[in-house]
Amino acid sequence: MDIKDIIRPENKVYCKPELLDEVHMHYCPGCSHGVIHKLLAEVIAEMGLTDRTVGVSPVGCAVFAYNYIDVDWVEAAHGRAPAVATAISRLWPEDVVFTYQGDGDMSAIGTAESIHAANRGENIVMVFVNNAIYGMTGGQMAPTTLVGQKTATTPYGRRVDLNGHPLEITNLLAILDGTCYVTRQSVHTPAAVRKTKAALKKAFENALAKKGTSVVEVVATCNSGWKMSPEKANDWMAEHMFEKYPLGDLKNN
Amino acid sequence: MKEEVRLMKGNEAIAHAAIRYGCDGYFGYPITPQSEVLETLEELMPWETTGMVVLQAESEVAAINMVYGGASTGKAVMTSSSSPGVSLKQEGISYIAAASLPALILNVMRGGPGLGTIQPSQADYFQATKGGGHGDYHLIVLAPSTVQEMVDFVGLGFDLAFKYCNPAMILADGIVGQMMEKVVLPEQRPRRTDEEIRKQCPWAANGRKDGRKRNVITSLELESSRMEVINHKLQERYREIERNETRWEEIDVEGADYLIVAFGSIARICAKAKEMAAEKGIKVGIVRPITLWPFPTEAIHRAAQGKKGILCVELNAGQMIEDVRLAVHDAIPVEHFGRLGGIIPSPEEVVVALEEKIVK
Repeated sequence: MDIKDIIRPENKVYCKPELLDEVHMHYCPGCSHGVIHKLLAEVIAEMGLTDRTVGVSPVGCAVFAYNYIDVDWVEAAHGRAPAVATAISRLWPEDVVFTYQGDGDMSAIGTAESIHAANRGENIVMVFVNNAIYGMTGGQMAPTTLVGQKTATTPYGRRVDLNGHPLEITNLLAILDGTCYVTRQSVHTPAAVRKTKAALKKAFENALAKKGTSVVEVVATCNSGWKMSPEKANDWMAEHMFEKYPLGDLKNN
Repeated sequence: MKEEVRLMKGNEAIAHAAIRYGCDGYFGYPITPQSEVLETLEELMPWETTGMVVLQAESEVAAINMVYGGASTGKAVMTSSSSPGVSLKQEGISYIAAASLPALILNVMRGGPGLGTIQPSQADYFQATKGGGHGDYHLIVLAPSTVQEMVDFVGLGFDLAFKYCNPAMILADGIVGQMMEKVVLPEQRPRRTDEEIRKQCPWAANGRKDGRKRNVITSLELESSRMEVINHKLQERYREIERNETRWEEIDVEGADYLIVAFGSIARICAKAKEMAAEKGIKVGIVRPITLWPFPTEAIHRAAQGKKGILCVELNAGQMIEDVRLAVHDAIPVEHFGRLGGIIPSPEEVVVALEEKIVK
């Protein structure tokens, strides 16, 4: 059999999403962001929302998300993505607006904006990538850093007496009346990737149905910041992070 | 809505003007002495009439970032606050300026520093005209001296902001925000349709309709050589605004021996002081900068020719005086008079200051 007989449309089982640009990503090899970007690109295209989606990127590793997914973007100041998205959504109610934030952006500097946008029930999708560390600035402690976890600013491990407890921002958002859907997923196995895609799709459907705020947390790895191989980072995440941040729906109205 | 003559506070007038000039969205947070802006908008419910969005944000920080978001989509959006709140907005204002977005910001100044007082002040002149936030940028700064100018500058501010894709600020003070005056409210200007916005603002991030390339609103550029180009473009725009948009008012400058330079509501106290000085045989002219940036440097330079001295009257410890001194190159004496902490000087005090500091 010739190779040309195999490379045929009917045999295609996988392809790059049309909305994902053909550029080099700045993410480290093994980083979860690339997979999450791919899922967003797939969901937006499959739902036919390319011409009415506006993304709001954060400050942090995903600051350049606008270079990778081919929809309109606004790059927000650190932590302010939910406020930026609030205005876009209210001024263009037919648009679908999503934010994409890391743990520092969402649950440290931007805690107020996250909670109040969700509490108002803004018709937006909040994607929250929780890798328990500040990746972009070189691996410092995040609000979600686990107790005992070593980072550049907790070199001997996070101590509760010095640094307080890991913040479960998603749980806080789940108790607010403004949120309609709050879920915690991951992308470390093919099955987990499929579940996260389904969660993102549901969140975008909620936005179309104007049901309020949907929050999709993705528990993620930062193998560079954690100083592990990508594979080891996946194992470490499953072993340590899921205990504090268990996967599944926290709210599904 | 037809043109209408009303009696109202400056802050209330701002709310009416925002609706009538076709503003798409207001995002604010209560702070004295400007809370009537948000209160009046909520009372008028413009979302039922023009479709304007009004939202009480959780903080000044959130409000300015909502303005950033709204402006990113090409909508005409604004916020208002007072001095401590405007300090909180500075990061967002820097982003709006850097991303070349049109937006309108109102500062009804109160006395500082810190939490200060709720009484009137002009102590945010430096903040408004010299940057305020980080980086090399300028706002177009309009200084109203009457309630009518509060109204007019909402229209002018939006027009200039969209003409230059640059944020504009109305730098008012607690006097003009709180006092009531007769005011002519303009006829309703219709809000632009979404189609009109897409046409007017092809750069806006509001959904890439008709297969156009994506629009990205950002102030980030890590490559220094490209960031320098962006800065040069901003500077070119600032020079263009300086050439085209400098505004000021002159009162009896011709034939005067002395000048008073004052902006905002204090210029009106100075106009009274000018009359009182004239009765004493002291001939004073007034230059009132209307745009504080771009500053009327040339106009003051010309007005100062043949004069014996200039008194800068400001509700601060001497801020605009630096720009006045630069305008006259130390050719004649330039002195400052101001009250601090929220105290408004009487015309008599201005005359005394004129006699003691300038006429001598």
